[in-house]
Amino acid sequence: MSITPVTASAALINERVESPQTKAQRLSVGVLVTILGAILLFMAFTVNKSGRIALSDALADVQLPTIELPGMPTVLLCSLVVLGAGIGYLTGKINGRARTVLAVAAGLGILVGFLVWAAASSTLPFTLTSQLNLTLEYATPLFFGVLGGVLAERAGVVNIAIEGMFLTAAFTASLTYSVTNSFVAALIAAAIAGLLMAAVLALFTLRYLVDHVIIGVVINLLATGLTGFIFQQLVAKDVSTYGSVTPMLPLRIPVLESIPFLGPILFSLRPLTYMAFIAIPLVWFLLFRTKWGLRVRSVGEHPHAADTVGINVVWTKASAVLLGGLFAGLGGSYFTIGSVGAFQDNNPTAGYGFIALAAVIMGRWHPVLGALVALFFGFCRALAQTTKLMALPIPGDFIEMLPYLATIIAVAGLVGRVRAPAADGAHFVKTH
Amino acid sequence: MTTQAPVLSLQGITKRFGSLTANDSISIDVVPGRIHCLLGENGAGKSTLMNILFGLLEPDEGRIMLGDEVLKVSNPKEATAAGIGMVHQHFMLIPVFTVAENMVLGYEPGKGGLLDIRAAREKVRELSARYKLDVDPDALVEDLPVGIQQRVEILKALANDATYLIFDEPTAVLTPQEIDELMVVMKALRDEGRAIVFITHKLREVREVADDITVIRRGKVVGKANPEDSEGEMAAMMVGRAVNLSVAKEPPNLGEDRLVIDDLTVTSPNGQIAVDHLSLTVRGGEIVCVAGVQGNGQTELAETLLGTMTPLSGSAILDGVEISRAKPAKTIAAGLGFVPEDRHRDGFVGEFSIAENLVLNNLDEYSRFGSLDLKRIADNAIARIEEFDIRAGSHTQPVRSLSGGNQQKVVLARELSRPLSLLLASQPTRGVDVGAIEFLHKRIVEERDRGTAVLIVSTELEEVETLADRIAVMYRGKIVGIVDPDTPRDVLGLMMAGIPYDDAVAAAEEARA
Repeated sequence: MSITPVTASAALINERVESPQTKAQRLSVGVLVTILGAILLFMAFTVNKSGRIALSDALADVQLPTIELPGMPTVLLCSLVVLGAGIGYLTGKINGRARTVLAVAAGLGILVGFLVWAAASSTLPFTLTSQLNLTLEYATPLFFGVLGGVLAERAGVVNIAIEGMFLTAAFTASLTYSVTNSFVAALIAAAIAGLLMAAVLALFTLRYLVDHVIIGVVINLLATGLTGFIFQQLVAKDVSTYGSVTPMLPLRIPVLESIPFLGPILFSLRPLTYMAFIAIPLVWFLLFRTKWGLRVRSVGEHPHAADTVGINVVWTKASAVLLGGLFAGLGGSYFTIGSVGAFQDNNPTAGYGFIALAAVIMGRWHPVLGALVALFFGFCRALAQTTKLMALPIPGDFIEMLPYLATIIAVAGLVGRVRAPAADGAHFVKTH
Repeated sequence: MTTQAPVLSLQGITKRFGSLTANDSISIDVVPGRIHCLLGENGAGKSTLMNILFGLLEPDEGRIMLGDEVLKVSNPKEATAAGIGMVHQHFMLIPVFTVAENMVLGYEPGKGGLLDIRAAREKVRELSARYKLDVDPDALVEDLPVGIQQRVEILKALANDATYLIFDEPTAVLTPQEIDELMVVMKALRDEGRAIVFITHKLREVREVADDITVIRRGKVVGKANPEDSEGEMAAMMVGRAVNLSVAKEPPNLGEDRLVIDDLTVTSPNGQIAVDHLSLTVRGGEIVCVAGVQGNGQTELAETLLGTMTPLSGSAILDGVEISRAKPAKTIAAGLGFVPEDRHRDGFVGEFSIAENLVLNNLDEYSRFGSLDLKRIADNAIARIEEFDIRAGSHTQPVRSLSGGNQQKVVLARELSRPLSLLLASQPTRGVDVGAIEFLHKRIVEERDRGTAVLIVSTELEEVETLADRIAVMYRGKIVGIVDPDTPRDVLGLMMAGIPYDDAVAAAEEARA
């Protein structure tokens, strides 16, 4: 045989057209962006003074000038940019890289437009530094939650138990600190608490083949019950011994903190945030540059293939889930020792574990992308905080709602088809 | 491979799954320098035996000997260390990994815990040069055609310099030319002094490459065959009775045009064109077979006709009714009978009984005032079980517990138990034992003779040649050409790789000469 037809079939079909599904998605994005642009357009005519945006805190050592932008024209310009982008999407004429540029322009337009509007609607300036500093602060637990979720799900274990890990770790951190007065001990205890909750997840999903979502719900309920019980039985009876915590203070890094603008944002953070900055690239490196990472990803995609090359599937999955639990535990400590102080039995984690899960999905199961999404959620939360003082014409509750609203919209349509690890949530049983 | 490697022998291997004995005291020898064919129907226990040899399953009884020593393989790592490599029927490759990543998985190069991807790439290049099997180390496996994916799978098995190579049903997914290439590769590996175990149920291939043939039926070795034996003799040994491999059918009695597909274009959700401006007409009383290698748009074509996918443009009209944009309820009402390619996923509800599955598409007919008429459902089931020769204990047995052939009979019985205008069957005999194939083919021809338009999608050339009145060869979403069923196999094979009929005929003649 001298014929080699294989080469003919080796060339792939590269031509792509817009499928009905992508078209529907494009149109929904277009409609959404256009609506936002229209709202912004309306908002432009509700302001008549200029908006002031401060580049440094009122009390900062180095005072930077406050930028003053004409309110109406700026918001109007932004709204036109957003409207243009929306219409660009709707026509479907703009494709490829130009569309990415369009999306970024729309995002920036919405952001700048809203900020200038907020500043112009208030007598106080909008303080950009504190907004961004708060963004990182609020994103901190989410960063760790994302890492916990990414590690477990890359190994094929669905992790909706991040919330439960957070809660248990928050409680453990508070209790340990109260007893030992040591942040190091409290952090270690929190990490171990997260690890133990992850061990429960690993044991029931991998050994007893319980449905991942069900055991996740159970862990979350268990965490609520367990922390509530111990709190009532132990902590509430002797608050001065078991419930007194002075939270971590921002750690100012010498020299760097005095860099104008960037210093107050990046180098005046609480220790947990710095730890997150190290943890995110670390997890990326582990997953994509080590042998262990390759194996973790393989068991999440096609466990039987991993099995045939002698990889211990169950232990590989377990190791990833446990490491994820450790990070989620660190994230949990934020809710007590990392921010407010002693544990209170009033749902301190407030659904952050689920927001982290949303960030995992929107970040396409990638630690860095997931962290960027977490940053976005943190930004929305911080916005509510920053604008609360500015007495805006719209209620603060509405702005508080933004991250959740953004989650729904993003998960429903904007992200499009995201591809989970192929064997995510599947049980591994050796049958051939 | 210089010195003669020792013989690998399996002795008295027995493996039970619950009450089923998958392997019943099987003994075979795997000899370096020879190709040993394991011939048997689906479910005969061939794959179980090889999974035991590769350490994926533990035998209940028996032992594996390497030369004079007992070889213990309790996991694939030990098997690999003993020089055993396996090319799996369902490729054990991770689609989203690159070729290099797949190749080194489990045996990663690199210092400490780090992954040295550069060394992995180098290893792929080296292997592919050594065995003259060309692959790009950086290509993602999911982007590669199936034939190339199999090369990766073979190179992966060879990566640890395996002496004993197991090929588990390697030809199921290949074009005829790719099969020929694979045979060449297998022979070359044998001539290097490696032992090859070749598992298959395709008799033509066995006769071409086998040095030794062991026939397995229902978990037992029923005997040895010679490569010179006729296909009929081998089939009879496999099934345990004489089988008629071809179906007697009269020339078609052509009726009106019933299914008219016009300029149909379908895309996958990510925008890849799956069906590309395809036009095809099927008349009443004829069987048109869509032949082609898997993944050339056949699945999307079938799903569009059923109504589970929406086309981008074009139309499909069945007896005057536009069905390509209709929901399945409407296409079924228009007289479409559908046999899906993956019956486990789309063909039946495994936990439901035979009786329930037989009325799934016709519940209104079998219910009164919104509640099921259990008596009639049971009566219907008893009649169909008789008519379609479904081998089951009772009609209340869950379909999951039946053999592949009997499951397919349930699907076909359901679809054929009402008047049809179009029977659309994808891979109607995939994973079905030889005995049942004969029966299913006969029923399909009977349906044709009733005046129904029949459209069969199949990747098995044997099936296409047996059933078709006309063959439409599909490649990359287009019909390359429509040819007669007596078109030579090599011409069909070339057409399945996208070469138009005239060029294919010329090329085939040149190759023969």
